[in-house]
Amino acid sequence: MQPDHHDIELKVNGTTHRRGVESRMLLSDFLRHELLLAGTHVGCEHGVCGACTILVNGAPVRSCLMLAAQANGQQLSTVEGLANDTGELHPVQQAMHDHHGLQCGYCTPGILMTMTAFLKENPAPSEEEVREALSGNLCRCTGYQNIVDAMMAAAQAMRAAAS
Amino acid sequence: MKPAPFNYIAASSLAHALSLKAEHGDEARFLAGGQSLIPAMNFRLARPAVLIDINGVGHLAGVDRSNRAEIRIGALTRYRDLERDGDFLKACSLFADALPHIAHPQIRNRGTIGGNLSHADPASELPAIAVAMEATMRIKSATGERQMAASEFFVGVLSTDLQAHEMLVEIAFPTPKPRTGACFMEVARRRGDFALVGIAVVMTLDDARRCSTVRLALCGVGETAVDVSKVAFPLIGQSCTTETIEAVAAGVRDAIAPSGNVHASADYQRHIAGVLAVRAISAAHQRVRHAA
Repeated sequence: MQPDHHDIELKVNGTTHRRGVESRMLLSDFLRHELLLAGTHVGCEHGVCGACTILVNGAPVRSCLMLAAQANGQQLSTVEGLANDTGELHPVQQAMHDHHGLQCGYCTPGILMTMTAFLKENPAPSEEEVREALSGNLCRCTGYQNIVDAMMAAAQAMRAAAS
Repeated sequence: MKPAPFNYIAASSLAHALSLKAEHGDEARFLAGGQSLIPAMNFRLARPAVLIDINGVGHLAGVDRSNRAEIRIGALTRYRDLERDGDFLKACSLFADALPHIAHPQIRNRGTIGGNLSHADPASELPAIAVAMEATMRIKSATGERQMAASEFFVGVLSTDLQAHEMLVEIAFPTPKPRTGACFMEVARRRGDFALVGIAVVMTLDDARRCSTVRLALCGVGETAVDVSKVAFPLIGQSCTTETIEAVAAGVRDAIAPSGNVHASADYQRHIAGVLAVRAISAAHQRVRHAA
């Protein structure tokens, strides 16, 4: 079959990109190989591990389960957009650092994207709610406890900053 | 782990999508949420030649409660939209119980009701709920439309009565009668995993608080959702007691023929089905009593 191509235009972390993509290019591969935003990690490529989680129009989704062609006209956020222009970490990133919430770091971008969206929607979660929100992101290093601690601390820091 | 080549067409309207399907037939698949189809394509278990993306089609998503007799859900309605619709969850409490079991929030942000039901995974919660609630499936093609009962829609593993040129466009759930209680429960190996066994119960009581109708359907224990309402018929006209509920649970264990899998033996699945039957019938009964 002749590969068919589609011209797409999308916004990633506020920057507009235009590219031609093959139909079968996954959004995760598009971000990594075409836009060179390799912070989005690719783990299982069938929606189980959560490493490739990004935000599409503010909602966390698996970028390995979307086609790049489907992102035409959408607004995306990836881990590269979390820290501000001066390099200051997002409170969720800072808390992960402070609480030793990562070891190998492979799952971390997906966890950061899932949890920044979650804490925006639920700024004062219980520990149980945090664990539930984390359930779609696999981490094989930490045992999750330090990630949960980091998220509780991040939520508190963000509430303090907002008040 | 990358899809085989295909042609991607973003449908501009329902008529466009249906005419493309009429043209390409079995070679084409509709792309809704893609949370089952794209993994299958990444594994190359599915190799459609044409992918018809319906995400841009208007009027296919949403909950319509304008008709008091039924609650109509557009096929493109996403799990997450239902999770956030308090009025809907109150009216269809099986969904309130079941939605948190469906994968994870990231998947529920994309996955759709129509996509789930058309995919017809036997371990999925929604086919059992559709069967338990006696939902009506509304189906369209370029040349016409038809509707059928959920119980007839599912014909086998990943297989429905949908023909090559058709699309499931809407699912209509009868509005629950007064004094109705419902409960969905499941056991899975891990949070968000496929159900080893799931059960949906819908029960209505009469003025004297005796059971007047009861519906029971299971997922994960057969080639499709399994309707075992018949084994609960002895409850009709009776009060729900520990003994009558235990008798139904024994009937459920006997009525199903699970195949067992790497996570659970058939005996274990049958045992869990009985345990869940007791718990879910009791919970549904409690809920009617609290509501009435």
